[in-house]
Amino acid sequence: MIRKLILSTAVALGLGAGAGLAAETGAHVTDFSFSFEGPFGSFDQSQLQRGLQVYTEVCAACHGLRYVAFRNLHDAGGPALSDEQMRAYAAQFEFEDPETGEMRPGTPPDHFPPSAISNAPDLSLMAKARAGFHGPAGLGINQIMRGMGGPEYIASFVTGFTGEEREEAGTLLYENSAKGAFVAMNPVLSADLVTYEDGTPATEEQMAKDVAAFLMWTAEPKMMARKQAGLTAVLFLVVLTVLLYFTNKKIWSTQKGEKKKHA
Amino acid sequence: MSGIPHDHYEPKTTAEKWIESRIPVLGLAYTTLMIPTPKNLNWMWIWGIVLTFCLALQIVTGIVLVMHYTPDTTLAFRSVEHIMRDVNGGWALRYIHANGASLFFIAVYAHIFRGLYYGSYKAPREITWIIGMLIYLAMMATAFMGYVLPWGQMSFWGATVITGLFGALPVVGHDIQTWLLGGPAVGNPTLTRFFSLHYLLPFVIAGLVAVHIWAFHTTGNNNPTGVEVRRGSKAEAQKDTLPFWPYFVIKDLFALAFILIFFAAIVGFMPNFLGHPDNYLEANPMVTPAHIVPEWYFLPFYAILRAITFDIFFIDSKLGGVLAMFGSIIMLLLVPWLDTSRTRSGRYRPMFRFWFWGLVLDFFVLMWCGGMPAEQPYVIISQLATLYWFTFFLVVLPLLGVIETPKTPPATIQEDFDAHYEAPAPGAGAARPTPAE
Repeated sequence: MIRKLILSTAVALGLGAGAGLAAETGAHVTDFSFSFEGPFGSFDQSQLQRGLQVYTEVCAACHGLRYVAFRNLHDAGGPALSDEQMRAYAAQFEFEDPETGEMRPGTPPDHFPPSAISNAPDLSLMAKARAGFHGPAGLGINQIMRGMGGPEYIASFVTGFTGEEREEAGTLLYENSAKGAFVAMNPVLSADLVTYEDGTPATEEQMAKDVAAFLMWTAEPKMMARKQAGLTAVLFLVVLTVLLYFTNKKIWSTQKGEKKKHA
Repeated sequence: MSGIPHDHYEPKTTAEKWIESRIPVLGLAYTTLMIPTPKNLNWMWIWGIVLTFCLALQIVTGIVLVMHYTPDTTLAFRSVEHIMRDVNGGWALRYIHANGASLFFIAVYAHIFRGLYYGSYKAPREITWIIGMLIYLAMMATAFMGYVLPWGQMSFWGATVITGLFGALPVVGHDIQTWLLGGPAVGNPTLTRFFSLHYLLPFVIAGLVAVHIWAFHTTGNNNPTGVEVRRGSKAEAQKDTLPFWPYFVIKDLFALAFILIFFAAIVGFMPNFLGHPDNYLEANPMVTPAHIVPEWYFLPFYAILRAITFDIFFIDSKLGGVLAMFGSIIMLLLVPWLDTSRTRSGRYRPMFRFWFWGLVLDFFVLMWCGGMPAEQPYVIISQLATLYWFTFFLVVLPLLGVIETPKTPPATIQEDFDAHYEAPAPGAGAARPTPAE
């Protein structure tokens, strides 16, 4: 029994090893809490709308969202803008019509534009491309307990500028505590940088969390459907397992009795 | 098909007779499903059904994914995002397929270690074992090429590192690497051929699985005692066995459903836990990731590859690592002849058991080391663990057959069964219902 226990623990631990590499030294990611964490967590629609606003007014100056279509802003389980709001949002952007070569306003099937500057990464998948939590000792336990930490990493990153600067090859670099390194991006958030329509005070942390939540949605727009399906599948399989347990017991009852104590 | 005496199929209706006289598929199905199975099989004998399920699951989800995927370096990553965002249920297909590979490997490792512990590789089951190892090799090739298809950073750099292994071979290495890649570096020709082979190999595996099943249906299953089923007469065989249907089918399905609860929870609640975040960045030949790590199921062998950090005579460390890695898998292929003990099951081999659990631990240590950066103390731990791996197969297994005094296994499977379980309650029904009931 002990052997089995050791074995199964080892299996559970070993599996996380691939994802559980040691973090870059000195990096610190704050475990912000988000409404969509855990098996039953779900996106907060107002938070996603606020995050969209932060992205639009701040991040979009440099960063793109090329895998996200405007029509998705209308989807249930996401920011869920009304159809008119979504169309109006899309229309702010201009696209070149490939047939006429003329500029036209954006429409629902169009995607967000790609990054405006070449060294600003696209943010569509950033919340899944970064892991905030690691270890301990490469075992991946923290990622089981706290999640992969993508949105936490983003929120920590945008609030993580220490104020230290350094010039390297003619470029000014800024120290960031979430990455534990100097980065090319400059600090952009400051209190009341945006004015939220719902009256939420726009503190730095609030904006950071809102945009991180929004980017989690852009990375995983079907998260709500996934958790719903996962829960249904788990419940269904539990019932099936119980039924099969009794079926199995019944079938074998003609062949064997109780397990002997000493065995 | 089975060497164990058992009932044969008798076509009863006109339709059955009509079919059976033209092609004996009904008889084949009957013999396969009703095969006499040792009645003392424990819960480690459920992995076969889990593996069969995984193969079917991967083929079905894979075929549908192919309908939406584009094997072109400029479009592959985008087409995966198209599946995740625009295809109905596409996210489910992809997450099931990606995590299905992990379930597949968990099951195959449990299945392999089960075989090692109970001596399932020993005569007369060597061919079953060898075919099983070929399936495992084909699985590794399939999984590796499948991981390249999403064309993320780990896809690209994993492919670069692994195909680079072949480049380490002397004289022909460079040419083999170019031939595998379809060019000087990982690129579009690599992606398209990996896609083609990733689609082909599962069907090769399916064929090998059929032969694997055919082989052990010829020899009969091994069982926890390692004692053979008595074959003197049908009555005698029936004391040691029960038909596969319904006893083992229902038992296996119960185990499968139980395992799938956890699988569904992972797919539903933490589908990216076993993946690497870097694979959500599109492949970029100009940017090397800080740590290139393969999927978890390759980590033990990756650790062995990296453990050889020193030159051995004219073999440089790179080639040495490649030889050690392939050698560690070849050990498994040679096991039927490396184990000299005449006692089959580890249950009756006290010294073997000690070393066997050491090997299991060693496997997890290697897996852990494979995921860590190539620096101390992980290098020295990998080296010691690699040493244990080879010592187990090349020294311990051959030697134990000589120096170990095994305990005496029970004379028959029935004896083992009766020693573990009370007789069925009198009201529980007939001792042996006919299969038709």
